[in-house]
Amino acid sequence: MLNVDSVSRSFGDRAVLKNVTFPVGSGKLTGFVGANGAGKTTTMRIILGVLAADTGQVTLNDKPLTREIRQRFGYMPEERGLYPKMTVHDQVVYLGRLHGLSSAAAEERTTKLLDQLGLGDRAGEKLEKLSLGNQQRAQVAAALVHDPEVLVLDEPFSGLDPIAVETMVDVLRDRAAAGVPVLFSSHQLELVERLCDDLVIIADGSIRAAGDKAALRAQHALPRYQLVVDTDAGWLRDEPGVTLLDLDGPRAIFDLDTGDDQKVLQAALERGPVRAFGPVVPSLTEIFREVVR
Amino acid sequence: MSTYAAAKIVAAREIRVKLRDKTFIFSTVFFLIFAIGITVLPVLFSGGPSSVAVADQATAARLQQADLEVRVVADDAAAEKLLRDGDVDAAVISGPEVLAMDDTPGSVVDALSTAPPVRLLDPAAVDPFLAYIVPFALAFVFFFTSFLFGLQIAQSVTEEKQTRIVEILVASVPTRALLAGKVAALGLLAFVQVALIAIVTLIGARLAGLDRGVLHLLEPAIGWFVAFFLIGFVMLAALWAGVGALASRPEDLNGVSQPVQMAVMLPFFAVIFLGENELAMRILSYIPFSAPIAMPTRIFNGDAAGWEPFLALLIMAVTAVVLLAVGSRVYEGSLLRTNGKTSWATAWRSSTTS
Repeated sequence: MLNVDSVSRSFGDRAVLKNVTFPVGSGKLTGFVGANGAGKTTTMRIILGVLAADTGQVTLNDKPLTREIRQRFGYMPEERGLYPKMTVHDQVVYLGRLHGLSSAAAEERTTKLLDQLGLGDRAGEKLEKLSLGNQQRAQVAAALVHDPEVLVLDEPFSGLDPIAVETMVDVLRDRAAAGVPVLFSSHQLELVERLCDDLVIIADGSIRAAGDKAALRAQHALPRYQLVVDTDAGWLRDEPGVTLLDLDGPRAIFDLDTGDDQKVLQAALERGPVRAFGPVVPSLTEIFREVVR
Repeated sequence: MSTYAAAKIVAAREIRVKLRDKTFIFSTVFFLIFAIGITVLPVLFSGGPSSVAVADQATAARLQQADLEVRVVADDAAAEKLLRDGDVDAAVISGPEVLAMDDTPGSVVDALSTAPPVRLLDPAAVDPFLAYIVPFALAFVFFFTSFLFGLQIAQSVTEEKQTRIVEILVASVPTRALLAGKVAALGLLAFVQVALIAIVTLIGARLAGLDRGVLHLLEPAIGWFVAFFLIGFVMLAALWAGVGALASRPEDLNGVSQPVQMAVMLPFFAVIFLGENELAMRILSYIPFSAPIAMPTRIFNGDAAGWEPFLALLIMAVTAVVLLAVGSRVYEGSLLRTNGKTSWATAWRSSTTS
């Protein structure tokens, strides 16, 4: 398990990270969300050792990170880049070697990985000759070539077409299934919601929420219900404890501040058939809006 | 993985990339042609002995004694015809009168006249042409090679910064390894290029039948030049890398590298223009930036005592250590600052290695 432990960092007198603490569980996909400038990239750079923390530390299985440990991390920076004039194969091998692979192992892994990512037949081409989507795949290969023990990806989905998004999703799931802690940031909240197991929400350099996605949902669930009946549901307005939020003929969304949801259901049944009744689970977007506020 | 192992991998990549780079190949070929040209051309231009047509037997004998190529013809008219047809450089007709097309044939005139004996009290050690061309060639080779390869270090750093691959690199290996790998690779390539030029020049000089005395001066001068070049290049290499990291786009590179460009350019012009001034050359031969050109020139002219190049080399080596430290600090301090140009001061202050 990777642990970010009380990490703070300032640039000049601007505090960018304030006492940031969160875990990235082994074998779990952890989504890292926050507005632009909230501190996601800075946090990731500190995890990778590209940037130093002012205070606090990052540990892997309770051991503070050293360069040797970090060398087995895989990293995909937000702003993508490889050598434009080098062939895909050569630069993936090169990065593999810099991560400590032997020449033979780097060659073997590169060939296998590029085949897996569907880049096998473009391996000998210069990166700049590849389409944007294929360049992204090369970037993924660069992050994975050394079979990383920890994977940190900054906005891995940005700029991907829907097919490439699915490839990326498969890659991340595959790594997590192998027991690797995977941390990725994204602005696409729907995607994060669908994909991740755990969630970390950061705003203004502080962690606002962190933990299991389902638990967070439950924690942030409001006493909010949806009711669908056959006739107009306007009568809900007069029910005790009900704050009507949205009424569209027979459909209603309401908060139940006090009182029993079953009583409301009974009241509805007395008036006619009930087509749907149940709590409204908050979406990630809603949780995000709430905790960031 | 150790810094050394990482630096080796970095260096291997740089060398592989450069060996496929057209600029590198062209500059090497250009310099080799230049080296051959400078040693062989003077001999070709002197064009061998002048040819002269003459009718008179006695005159012909005198001319032959002076190592001229003599064509004995039937009469003066035949001699003049040969000259007009361009078959000979000059003709001697009765009188005796020397005929030539547009240029007084000095060698023919000399052969026919009695010159008073001349005794030089302070003869120049080397031929004036060589005395001029050798420092110029050394300066030229040092300037261009040092500049080209230095600029390539900077460009390679800027490229990594611009493409952002630097973040992946820094996440996997120490910045020192990146810097050392680059400096070692480009330094090695530059050194090989210069050594190749030196060897070709020396071989060319022998083949062209250069005077033994001159060779005796040229060989140590070139040998020292190669040594000075190596230290001189390493001395500036880290600074080139530093300015490469200050720029975040290739367009900024010219501006931020100005101080380093000056450090290469000014000594070049100083040696070219002050080459005649012995005191100036003595001073220049100890200033680390101009020493690689000035000291070998003084050695060639026979002006430098045996210990002098050692002292100059030592001064350069010390300077190199200092500048390597400055360059790597600037490099580390600015490598990850990707928004716009970084100032020297900011880079210096923010150098915190993690």
